[in-house]
Amino acid sequence: MTITEVTSATDLDLTVAAGAGALVRVPAGGRLRIVDLHGNQAADTLLFDAADVRNKYSAFDTIREQGAVFLTTGSRLLSTRLDELAVITGDTVGRHDTIGGACAQESNVVRYGEHTRHQHACRQTFLAYGAAAGIGPRELGHNINFFMNVPVSSDGDLHFDDGLSAPGKYVEMTASRDIWVLLSNCPQLNNPCNGWDPTPVQLLGWWS
Amino acid sequence: MSLYSHEISGGAAWSAPVRAGRTITLTALADGANCSALLLGADRVDRLNIPDTLKAQMSARIMAPMVLMSDRGLALASVTASSLDWHDCLGGFGHEAHLERFGPSTYGEDRNDWRRGARTGLVSELTKNGLDERDLHAPINFFSKVAISDDARASMTYVADHAQAGASVTLRTEQDVLVVFCTAPHPLDQGAYAPSPVRVVVDVASAVDQAVDASWTWRDESARALEMSRRVLA
Repeated sequence: MTITEVTSATDLDLTVAAGAGALVRVPAGGRLRIVDLHGNQAADTLLFDAADVRNKYSAFDTIREQGAVFLTTGSRLLSTRLDELAVITGDTVGRHDTIGGACAQESNVVRYGEHTRHQHACRQTFLAYGAAAGIGPRELGHNINFFMNVPVSSDGDLHFDDGLSAPGKYVEMTASRDIWVLLSNCPQLNNPCNGWDPTPVQLLGWWS
Repeated sequence: MSLYSHEISGGAAWSAPVRAGRTITLTALADGANCSALLLGADRVDRLNIPDTLKAQMSARIMAPMVLMSDRGLALASVTASSLDWHDCLGGFGHEAHLERFGPSTYGEDRNDWRRGARTGLVSELTKNGLDERDLHAPINFFSKVAISDDARASMTYVADHAQAGASVTLRTEQDVLVVFCTAPHPLDQGAYAPSPVRVVVDVASAVDQAVDASWTWRDESARALEMSRRVLA
């Protein structure tokens, strides 16, 4: 595996194993970079206003206000109150999904069959790591899938494709207020979103 | 005779618990209607999950005979009939910010014609049911269309007058649900403020033959969600 860019960060340098998660408090103005260490790894991400987790990231407010489905540099990540939680300020991939949602045991059963019911899934990770910030099932919204490729077409179709990412590619966001970033490093084995082999991602933070 | 029939005024919100095995038919009573809809399951925690509904059925729009799926992989309702082949589910609910161009609006000034975004109406109805803004989820904007371009960013463009008066859509409830509707304008509607009223009619659904039912036979994924609801809630 080639890592094309090696960076260190003073405030956060955390490797999140495949299938693990993280809850990171990013202060206003802080930058958080997510590095796809080995390529083609979906990083399922939710944002919350740290002052009030009811003010949660809203995928559909975000894409409507930018007039486009895919997220990239310049995308303002908005809440259900239309507050700007963060802005994507760096992106070496080019586009990211936010309408494909997260995997869950139950949605795996719907998509792939009963044999997948006890496979690990993002929704458990969100709930396990979110609990420390008071984030439960009611607070969960529809997430961002950094590094994931979910093409949509003018005839109204949607499907999952191989990722556009590659080892060392990254996305970076700058917090517009104090936020929680809740990440699930996707364990999905049943579609190409992780290249059929989930791998670690790295979180790098600069808070000032 | 239907069980229930009600006209939701333009720009208003309404909610109701509806038992499993009912049809809910929405009819646009004027051109350019929009009806933003939330759907919660029998326990009021499980709720409509648009991303899961879309990816399981390989669609970026809502149409018949798709099954509307919950966070926990259960069928909440099936779209059993629709005069339109596209109902928006990417545009989200409108906010007061989308109505600012019409100037300020208050009850004191405008009485019951005051202009509010769908979010306000939806949260108001959620709150009546012991819920709150935490329970907001991506809505379906029935009767509206936001076209997607095949460009690099998948640009989104609102299609004006997608629905004409008389357009209708019918849902069949697959478990006991709470439906929340708001007829405020679609947030991308740049036209005059003229929200259409929508008639909602609830009736008893006819018996389902799984072998031929359009939703049960639509996709394996649709059938699995319906089967899980049947097993869990039968």
